[in-house]
Amino acid sequence: MTTMTYADAAKQALTEEMRRDPTIWALGEDLGRGGVFGQYQGMAEEFGPERIADTPISEAAILGAAVGAAMSGTRPVVEMRFADFALCAIDELVNQAAKARYMFGGQTKVPLVVREPMGMWRSSAAQHSQSLESWYTHIPGLVVVCPSTPHDNFGLLKSSIRCDDPVVYMEHKNLWALEGAVPDCDPIPLGVARIARTGQDLTIVSWSSTCHEAMLAAVTLEEEGLEAEVIDLRTLWPWDKRAVLDSVEKTGRLLIAHEAVQVGGFGAEVAATVADRAFSSLRAPIKRIGAPRVPIPYAPPLEDLLRVTPERIAAVARELTR
Amino acid sequence: MVSQKTTNVDIDRLLKHHALMWRIRAFEEAALQAHTEKLVLGAIHPSIGQEAIAAGVCLNLRSDDLLTSTHRGHGHTLAKGADPNQMMRELLGREGGNSHGKGGSMHIADFSVGMLGANGVVGANIHITAGAAHAIKLLKSDRIVCSIFGDGAINRGPFLEGLNWAVVFNLPALFVCEDNGFASTTSTSSVTGGKGAAARAEALGIPSLTVDGNDLISIDEAVRSVISSIRAGNGPRLLVAKTYRLSGHTASDPDTYRLRSEVEKAWESDPITNLGGVLRRAKVDTVILDNHESNARIEMAAVFSDAKAASWPPLSRAFEDVQDIGDPRQEAF
Repeated sequence: MTTMTYADAAKQALTEEMRRDPTIWALGEDLGRGGVFGQYQGMAEEFGPERIADTPISEAAILGAAVGAAMSGTRPVVEMRFADFALCAIDELVNQAAKARYMFGGQTKVPLVVREPMGMWRSSAAQHSQSLESWYTHIPGLVVVCPSTPHDNFGLLKSSIRCDDPVVYMEHKNLWALEGAVPDCDPIPLGVARIARTGQDLTIVSWSSTCHEAMLAAVTLEEEGLEAEVIDLRTLWPWDKRAVLDSVEKTGRLLIAHEAVQVGGFGAEVAATVADRAFSSLRAPIKRIGAPRVPIPYAPPLEDLLRVTPERIAAVARELTR
Repeated sequence: MVSQKTTNVDIDRLLKHHALMWRIRAFEEAALQAHTEKLVLGAIHPSIGQEAIAAGVCLNLRSDDLLTSTHRGHGHTLAKGADPNQMMRELLGREGGNSHGKGGSMHIADFSVGMLGANGVVGANIHITAGAAHAIKLLKSDRIVCSIFGDGAINRGPFLEGLNWAVVFNLPALFVCEDNGFASTTSTSSVTGGKGAAARAEALGIPSLTVDGNDLISIDEAVRSVISSIRAGNGPRLLVAKTYRLSGHTASDPDTYRLRSEVEKAWESDPITNLGGVLRRAKVDTVILDNHESNARIEMAAVFSDAKAASWPPLSRAFEDVQDIGDPRQEAF
């Protein structure tokens, strides 16, 4: 049993994979000096500048080159620094990476991972704070992963690197320093949710950083006599419908909490699916909590106003169980 | 511009080019016929008038070299060695097409001959080329990657970002700008600042060469020399091949943006006629040259008939090759 940070867990996973498979390489801006968040610290020393490649600030070229490299016998791990910057490379991701296998009739696959650090990180404002995971779930061909713990960041990154299709891998910037146990060296299968806590009164579905807020809310609710089951989806496409449906069939109540803008967020997909397939189990309306449809502001009090907090989650949970 | 030389030509080599150019022309004409007969329903972008570039570039590539192309990619794909039967089936959306009829004309590809795909997004193949060349370098192979794109692509970001990438990583990439003067249906010069592709590449430190793209001999020689330099590890090169698109932008282009007289004049520089003239002057038997045309037409007529007779892909193909994890055959909703 080893304890490590969320950032180090990903570094350890990538390092082990690169030792195992010489066709894996990482590319992005400032990687040689450890990456903007230190997630690659020391890796250039071990693997050299060819496999930990410092690139120009050319997001479209980084991702587009990764597509060509993935179709030509290597497995690139792309670093985008901020999920927001990946929007400069949306053609390369959506029109190229996600489509190549299909539109070429299976003649090729595109085994790449694009790391897109997401989410609010104190006073980073509108262009460095977004949670855009639901966009990618809409694109056939992509796998979408949002790890919330060091263990998951280790095991899910390993599985993502081994996946033969493009994976949008969204680490939350606010979790880099989070410490946790990484009990083994095994990959964690994509598409399988984690039951973070069991309970029979209501189901809270979440992912990424907001899972931790949901867990804090669950502690408060427990003190009030309510047992919340917290499900960390971990992977948004494919997402673990069975885990969610089983839980809702047990609890009869569903609350989905995510940091992204609520309108058109992935919570809507979860809510619609449960309404469709487990309607008769529901004892209350499905509730969603996300950000208002507002860009992320800079000033701390304004930024905090948009956050999905444990207090907000607990308040809606109480409403649901009243 | 490098001009046509007619001395010391390798006749056998030129005959191979001549035959290939006729095969491309005949394939495009069959594709246009298929469009007229409403058997090709999506857009096709014929390359009539640009065959010398496809032949001159691709016959100089090794079979294990890689190629990426544009929406106007039939000629390049055929020249790289793809089977025209599979290609025509793909254009008609039929089973037995390169991509089981799921890509069509704009995504024509044959990975078995190193053709990594035409691309529906202008300039997108430049980044893919840079990355494929990057992989080749990482894998320590001596292959090269060639990217053919049009003059319209030089105003998109990938022309800057992809060429810069190829320079800074010293990659084995040959960039070919097939300059037919039109960005879709707009005169490229009217929307392009500065001196164009070659000057932009030079500014990035990429040596470039401009040739008459309707003169097979010039292209053949230029490509041969730049490829040997690229394969020797000297980094990327740009070739600008000046040409003219004799057909419309697409099969359904009313072509109202240029004078008929301009197009008629351009036919006088038809690259196939040009090369035929060289060969005739070199005393090649006219029957051989005529046979190239008739054989190509016979071949492509058979290709067209085969494709027409081919069945649609089974409906199950719609759900294949999306992705392994999250496969729609398991769960699509």
